[in-house]
Amino acid sequence: MEFAASFALVIPELVLIAAGLVLLLVAAWSGDKAARVIAIIAASALFAAGLLLVPGLHFGTDGPATFAFGGLIKVDSFALFAKALIYLSAIAALMVAPAFFNSAAAGIERGMRAEYPVLILFAAVGMSIMVSANDFMSLYLGLELNSLSAYVLAAILRRDSRSGEAGLKYFVLGALASGILLYGMSLLYGFTGGTSFAAVRAGLTGEMGIGALFGVIFVLSGLAFKISAVPFHMWTPDVYEGAPTPVTAFFATAPKVAAVALTARVVFEVFGGQVAAWQQIVMFTALASIIFGALGAIGQENLKRLLAYSSINNIGFILLGLAVANPSGASAMLVYLFIYVAMSIGSFVALLMLRGEDGALFETFADIRGLSVTQPAIAWALLMFMFSLAGIPPLLGFYSKFVVFQATIEAGLVAFGAIAIAASVIGAFYYIKFVKVMFFDEPAGVVTGKSNTGHWVLLGLCALIVSPLGYLLTPSLTDLADKAAASLFLPV
Amino acid sequence: MEGLPILSLMMCVPLAGAALCLFSGAAAARWIALGATLVTFVLGVLLWSNYQIGGPQWQFTERAELFAGFSYALGIDGIALMLIMLSVFLMPVCILASWESVTKRVGEYMAAFLFMEVLMIGTFAAQDLFLFYVFFEAGLIPMYLIIGVWGGDNRIYASYKFFLYTLLGSVLMLIAMFWMVAEAGTSDIPTLMQYSFPPEAQTWLWLAFFASFAVKVPMWPLHTWLPDAHVQAPTAGSVILAGVLLKLGGYGFIRFSLPMFPEASAQFAWLVFMLSMIAVVYTSLVALVQNDMKKLIAYSSVAHMAIVTVGLFAFNVQGLEGAMIVMLSHGLVSGALFLCVGVIYDRLHTREIARYGGLAINMPYYALFFLLFTMASIGLPGTSGFVGEFLSLAGIYQTSSLVALICTTGIILGAAYMLYLYRRVAFGGQVNEDAAAMRDISAREWVMMAPIAAAVLWMGVYPESFLAPMRKDIATLDARLVAAAPASDARLAPGAPRAAAANALPHHEGQDHAGAKEGAH
Repeated sequence: MEFAASFALVIPELVLIAAGLVLLLVAAWSGDKAARVIAIIAASALFAAGLLLVPGLHFGTDGPATFAFGGLIKVDSFALFAKALIYLSAIAALMVAPAFFNSAAAGIERGMRAEYPVLILFAAVGMSIMVSANDFMSLYLGLELNSLSAYVLAAILRRDSRSGEAGLKYFVLGALASGILLYGMSLLYGFTGGTSFAAVRAGLTGEMGIGALFGVIFVLSGLAFKISAVPFHMWTPDVYEGAPTPVTAFFATAPKVAAVALTARVVFEVFGGQVAAWQQIVMFTALASIIFGALGAIGQENLKRLLAYSSINNIGFILLGLAVANPSGASAMLVYLFIYVAMSIGSFVALLMLRGEDGALFETFADIRGLSVTQPAIAWALLMFMFSLAGIPPLLGFYSKFVVFQATIEAGLVAFGAIAIAASVIGAFYYIKFVKVMFFDEPAGVVTGKSNTGHWVLLGLCALIVSPLGYLLTPSLTDLADKAAASLFLPV
Repeated sequence: MEGLPILSLMMCVPLAGAALCLFSGAAAARWIALGATLVTFVLGVLLWSNYQIGGPQWQFTERAELFAGFSYALGIDGIALMLIMLSVFLMPVCILASWESVTKRVGEYMAAFLFMEVLMIGTFAAQDLFLFYVFFEAGLIPMYLIIGVWGGDNRIYASYKFFLYTLLGSVLMLIAMFWMVAEAGTSDIPTLMQYSFPPEAQTWLWLAFFASFAVKVPMWPLHTWLPDAHVQAPTAGSVILAGVLLKLGGYGFIRFSLPMFPEASAQFAWLVFMLSMIAVVYTSLVALVQNDMKKLIAYSSVAHMAIVTVGLFAFNVQGLEGAMIVMLSHGLVSGALFLCVGVIYDRLHTREIARYGGLAINMPYYALFFLLFTMASIGLPGTSGFVGEFLSLAGIYQTSSLVALICTTGIILGAAYMLYLYRRVAFGGQVNEDAAAMRDISAREWVMMAPIAAAVLWMGVYPESFLAPMRKDIATLDARLVAAAPASDARLAPGAPRAAAANALPHHEGQDHAGAKEGAH
């Protein structure tokens, strides 16, 4: 009976696992011909799994009723919020893939591989486990399932050297990060005598020993690798640039959400009693990410690389919400994540629409010169995403900055907030460079290809969310984020 | 009028126009933009005529809880009303000014201007601190595009400078706003205007707001973005920049800095005075040696806005009223002067003063308008400039005679550079053949210039129309400031009054004694 209740809690994951396994068989039997159908079924499975989250999200779920499998998994509002974002991002990554892989953009290896949707599904399952982990064992399990799928995805264009390089770099550095994380976990296990979050938290009360402190720091470093926060960010630009663009779009969204959610859960639920031990670390990481993300982007010519730095910069702002260490900070962080996902998907879809007559993709500043004359719709959408990423009102990106800075100031971290917001102006410099190149320069006229309806729909949807109309979403978004954040701060 | 959300309507009309313009051809976009701005202007006239002078402080209020974290709250007092009127009055003129000179991407250009109008009305009408910030800051986007896409040769540098300068100033203000809202527990501007923040916090808050408004006004030494932006922007962009966007800084001081942080304002008045005195003298001298007409007028704007800031920080009714009238007058006059430059730029495509000369001969009507606006800029009695500058300087004289003395030199220097400009452009011989062959102003240009000229004279001859709606609000503000007002340096020491009138007849017993004493002197 207890087992049945546990399974009932993880129905969305079961749907995804079943779909993944069946589709893997289909892929094995019918090969790459069926790739398109497999992608559609995978997207439907993700959509169905997302629908299953709706009741829990709407009413909010907390407390002992959310524990599954003897406390390994905890399906609370927080997990549901993160999962919803992850599934949406994964659907977007599936929607944009076929057009990319079936065009000249994929190089000599034209044609989508049937494994792509299956790997996305497995990555989504891994991320689901990550965000609902309640034990270091399930945390690691989820993390590795996601990471291993992601390594393969980065290298999915097997004969493209850049893709291979990205996959290898991601694998080596990811493995290093996993090692650091495991080492931290083993230290924590040794000093507290348990692997479940509750046990470690109980063991960390009072004066913290130097060994346990090392454990905390190693765990945080491992997680910082996964969210690509400075000083563990150096893999991001290379991987983002080398990986096929739909995969980059996926990396910039779903795994980021999962890793940030995981980090939030670990620092609040496990290290929640030792705020003083990690708050300074997170504050430093946040500021460093904002500043280095902005400075690193300035000289970039490649748009994907630039967006990689932009994601580092954004992680800095998300960590601001974490550094505040209270429910309003966590809620602000979740609101930021939602808006960040919309902006990132939008930007990457726009990049995927920068195609030439033969379908080959363009990805440097030189190619988008004067885009507003030749492709006004794409240019205007990109303009909105860039101003939004820079946090200029009335676009929704301002609201994401608004909530994290409001939480920071309300918590009394005024100087910290002032430095961070001043540093955000550096970031504005390269975001407006996008606009300058597209609107002020003479047209290069190379972007001539047509894009399919799926791209337009996604672009329009993201632009609509980012537009001032998106502010009408904020009451319900805040409500959901508040519920989710509250479940991180239940009295122990 | 009851129940009609006229402020929202005034924002919806240009917004709808902007959306339409984006999707229409050049000719259609021009007419749509003109129509939308005219309808908005008519709505503005309705707004003014329905405004009850001496009625409630905040009128036409609207409130809807549409967003999380802040609310959609609009409402105006007399000060906001006047600035909204200025914006909606200048907008159709801007559209007309771009009628022929803008030929590329007309739809987008008109959309940017209409969007700008929405944001300006929103900024002046916002009653929620964060809503104000959204409108205030959003203006960066259309202005960046206007300068960058339709500007002159060095437009990219100017657009970057404009954007980053203003953004850096504003974000610190945002941090201060968060702190204020956390402290006061509300983001409602009328409530915050009555809230007393602790004096030590006021210092920081004032500085954060100052960072934003001083860039916008702009005050010396943060003014360097302005000449670049003005010179590179298209004519209508300069008109909007000088006419309305600079007023956002002055509006910010009068709406936020002064009533919300009166003690800090008094504490930092010396800083404002110092910067303003330097600005008046320095930028006037710089204006004197310019060869570029637009640059000259841009520097004169900095000098005029310095008169506004000294008037604001004079802490008395004359100063505040004068500052408001200078803002309105400068909005009209500098806008008109940029139009005058635009008219001849459209014909000869140069802003270099030496390329013109003797225009009074072949363009008499143009010379007439140009002369009127030149005189208004100098502050000739009978024009709007005189009223504002006189009140401002009278106000500051009560606080500090030194500041008044130095700022008054600005008027002399102003006369010098404006008359010098006028002499070189309009008088003298026709040294350049192509300049001598230019046609006089067309019917369209008449339609642009004549209303502004009428408004300038109206404000100069009968300023009461413009002062009346603001009087009560300025009195309220003055009452709030009076406790914090810095001591006057004039040190007027009233003598001991006579106990009795000098001609009192000494037949009352009580006054006999006093009368005797008087006689003893």
